[in-house]
Amino acid sequence: MAMIWNEMVECMSRDEMRKLQSYRLKNVVEHVYHNSPFYRKKMQEMDLSPNDIQSIDDIAKLPFTVKQDLRDNYPFGLMAVPMSEIVRLHASSGTTGKPIVVGYTRKDLSTWAEVVARCLTAYGITKHDMVQVSYGYGLFTGGLGAHSGIENIGGTVIPMSSGNTQKQIQLMHDFGAKALACTPSYALYLAETIRESGIPLEEFQLRIGVFGAEPWTENMRKELEEKLNIKAYDIYGLTEISGPGVGGECECQNGTHLWEDHFFPEIVDPETLQPVEPGQQGELVFTTLTKEGMPMIRYRTRDLTTLNYEKCACGRTAVRMGRILGRSDDMLIIRGVNVFPSQVESVLLEMPEFEPHYFITVDRVNNTDTFQIQVELRQEYYSDEMNKMLSLKKKIASRMQNVIGIQPEIKIVEPRSIERSQGKAKHVQDNRNLFNK
Amino acid sequence: MLIKQLSIFLENKKGRFTEVARILGDAGINMTAFTVSENSDFGILRLIVSDTEKAIQVLRDKMYGVSVTDVVCMICPNEPGSLARAMEIITTAGIFVEYMYAFSEGESAHVIIRPDDIERCVEVLKANKLKLLAASDLYKL
Repeated sequence: MAMIWNEMVECMSRDEMRKLQSYRLKNVVEHVYHNSPFYRKKMQEMDLSPNDIQSIDDIAKLPFTVKQDLRDNYPFGLMAVPMSEIVRLHASSGTTGKPIVVGYTRKDLSTWAEVVARCLTAYGITKHDMVQVSYGYGLFTGGLGAHSGIENIGGTVIPMSSGNTQKQIQLMHDFGAKALACTPSYALYLAETIRESGIPLEEFQLRIGVFGAEPWTENMRKELEEKLNIKAYDIYGLTEISGPGVGGECECQNGTHLWEDHFFPEIVDPETLQPVEPGQQGELVFTTLTKEGMPMIRYRTRDLTTLNYEKCACGRTAVRMGRILGRSDDMLIIRGVNVFPSQVESVLLEMPEFEPHYFITVDRVNNTDTFQIQVELRQEYYSDEMNKMLSLKKKIASRMQNVIGIQPEIKIVEPRSIERSQGKAKHVQDNRNLFNK
Repeated sequence: MLIKQLSIFLENKKGRFTEVARILGDAGINMTAFTVSENSDFGILRLIVSDTEKAIQVLRDKMYGVSVTDVVCMICPNEPGSLARAMEIITTAGIFVEYMYAFSEGESAHVIIRPDDIERCVEVLKANKLKLLAASDLYKL
């Protein structure tokens, strides 16, 4: 049986956990009320003071936080400590041009490294193992998040970052990496490339996959486990809450344990915002119980899932989240990047050459997400010159890349061939079947 | 001396050109010359027709992306070396040709040119005694 990194909290009785959560919720509410004008204003508008929060059961009194709040307060408006206390920034693409920015204090980084350590240990990774991190390093939380968790357990990091697949395979093979951390779709792509390279799978030491940053299915798990001869585990997280490591699976592969002593989860009905019956599906909401830099109170993740509070066969009592069943908004995750159709629209609206209509097609070809946007030119911009048409295509593709973070394939189509909205227009066709239905 | 050329944006889909030909035919519009430039995604059909205004209208009614460009139509003798002579004149004058297409019949060849500087191109060709076809004559061909 795999080890447990922090047995005291991961296996704490439900009662003890509620007590710990109550204590920490009171602290974080005090903290934001006194140090975050944003939250103080929100609470005052609801006639709430920190005294109204006496236990974790009072959490439902608190206001929700949404992605729009992060955007409205770009870049640092939600920091609850002076910037001198912030030691790291990360960012992910927002719903329009501006990214979502998060800040971490030294303690926040140490908490993050702690929760990732719990995940890695639950997958069976120890200080004796080498882990290849093929998540992107940089503003994206994936690379550095996994990185510090591995250092925390004393393992050896291979900080590959994303891309350069041939080199990934060479080093994985030559160094003898035991675990691979990346998006599941990239792992499938690596598996294919290994097969094509002709290097026998037996020559690799790879046994464990640490996969996240995009939803994946049981079918993908089976395929990954077969093709790479590994056990494939989910690591869950989101930038707003911390990054990867908000939760992770254990050897039972029967739900993702959420580290609820730091990130308190609730499931609410996305329409009414009321808590659902225990075990029912709804939108996952997190409150960061210990975060200093940029605490989130009842942050709506928009991920639809279920929570299971039964004790797990691995011995952990930490609540288990089911597979992500979908989104309560229209966000797409393409090659690990969060993409909102409204971003596409905002680019079209700022470019006079194009009509504001679009149609997005997402698919997965050879285990890589494809992302195509159909656009129409305004009548006067159709040209007799191929070069002009191609440079318009290039111009919009690079603007999209700036705003969204990944480059789409742009397809210029004939005027009026994109369906016009009659009520709610269908802007997106996602052929990937990412969610277990 | 300037001739109106239509450019029609066509997605690379089966039957697109057929449809354009049908629309123009049904409207009683004759095509004098055309050429297609294409890439993997789309094509640009450039054509000269008997009634430009009417063609624009019927095509735009059918939701085609249409633009109009001025081009010149030069007449060369249909014999070896005559195009080279004409092109040397254009090139020497520092005029860049974006694209061109041609058709020949009997003793003469008609070359349709889209230069970067059309005024200057006409001037230079005329000064060198090259024959340019008037729009009214080309549409009659």
